[in-house]
Amino acid sequence: MSAVEARPTVRKTALNAVHRQMGAKMVEFNGWDMPVEYHSSGGIIAEHNAVRNSVGIFDVSHMGDIRLVGPQALFAVQHISMNDASRLGVGQAQYSALLYPQGTFVDDVIVHRLGERDYLLVINAGTREKDFNWVRDNTREFDCFVENLSDDYTQIAIQGPRGVDVLQKLTDADLAAVKFYWVTHGTVCGLPDTLIARTGYTGEDGFEIYVPSDEATSAMVWNKILEAGNDFGIVACGLGARNTLRLESKLPLYGHEISDTINVWEAGLDRFCKLEKADFIGRGALEEAKAEGVNRTLVGLEMTERGIARDGYKVLDDAGREIGYVTSGSYAPFLKKNIALAYVPPNFSSIGSTVRVEIRGQGVKAQIVQTPFYKRLKKT
Amino acid sequence: MAYPPDFKYTKGHEWIKVDGKNATIGITNYAQESLGDIVFVELPKTGAELNAGKTFGSVESVKAVSDLFAPASGTVTEVNGDLATSPEKINKDAHGSWMLKMTLKDPGELSGLLSAADYEKFVSEEGGH
Repeated sequence: MSAVEARPTVRKTALNAVHRQMGAKMVEFNGWDMPVEYHSSGGIIAEHNAVRNSVGIFDVSHMGDIRLVGPQALFAVQHISMNDASRLGVGQAQYSALLYPQGTFVDDVIVHRLGERDYLLVINAGTREKDFNWVRDNTREFDCFVENLSDDYTQIAIQGPRGVDVLQKLTDADLAAVKFYWVTHGTVCGLPDTLIARTGYTGEDGFEIYVPSDEATSAMVWNKILEAGNDFGIVACGLGARNTLRLESKLPLYGHEISDTINVWEAGLDRFCKLEKADFIGRGALEEAKAEGVNRTLVGLEMTERGIARDGYKVLDDAGREIGYVTSGSYAPFLKKNIALAYVPPNFSSIGSTVRVEIRGQGVKAQIVQTPFYKRLKKT
Repeated sequence: MAYPPDFKYTKGHEWIKVDGKNATIGITNYAQESLGDIVFVELPKTGAELNAGKTFGSVESVKAVSDLFAPASGTVTEVNGDLATSPEKINKDAHGSWMLKMTLKDPGELSGLLSAADYEKFVSEEGGH
């Protein structure tokens, strides 16, 4: 043992200086120095509602990227992920997850099929190294090349119903032709062959673009998007709004709704897990777990008495017995309610039933409600 | 943002305005700025006893929960009920949005609190801005 522990350095995205110039409030998140909110945007509530009503942009360059390319890339992806990547057309993406053999989560991912034998996995910031090692170690038997592109891209999310209008001003790609969870390539802000994905983590329509991660290019693109979005009231959004937006939409966050101790059935992600496809890591355990049934399930709570449930708070039954815990909880800026996600036993999970959340020693009433709490109206 | 010179301040970012044995308390502009959008305030009821340095309630922003600490001991005489429904008023005017009024047990306790100038110096060192 060394007497001096190496202190992990806090990482910065290529847009760090831009955020600081804009006066963002910065926080450490999963080892990254990231903006939590921008005073100039009006703070978390204003940022959140800008995305629901119009458009906002986020620096999500802390997210990681793993590319699998080669003759057996599909088989490799199929082996390490729970969704069925064989259903993806070229240019299509899907929500999926990397699982441990026990059916719990290494991470959740978006799998993009970029070419016939070319896949891009977008992974979480806090699990970058773990994920890359996991993918590399578990795909050695396949004829495919695994590459960590995490540091190569500045990833910018343009989210909200007017995101399409903003980005269309800056690209020659026909965005109207790109469906949700599909990707295209085009020139963006003069950068040829830029990956444009119609994806996001806000519950809104929107895009995520991947541009070279040098500071000058990143700042140029960021500023051009802000300028192009001016007419639509675009604002820069931080991790605070990103979290409340994803919570209203019940999108899971690693370390909260999903983790290495929570399995797919408990998390309610059944529809992204395809047991009928060829074998994949975690399937055996999930088949057994399915037969046994779950002891806890993820539910949505709405506080019916005054109080905000926060991550880690206990959930109690009417008699005050501990029955579960809150995974994420906040004031919901668009719904203007105090909401939370929590794990409780299935017999407490029916919609409309009442539980309590222990807040500073008090059992504050909450009701189990339908999720997602918020669902956007899709254009027909 | 100017810190009113007739208030006293705590290092926990509460302010107190004293008028004889009566006092009014709230949180500072620095506190509201650090918290961000305030969405919930929990305060004691009229008649409650406050003990200097002890928790008497909490204030929550979208992101964070923060305990409130009593700048002085005494009995609550009035609570600003307005903040239960409009907590965002604290963001708009922290020094005008009082939380509660109290009668002081021992005005001598206030001698340890910071003046406006000292508080301003304290937060500029703490916050680096």
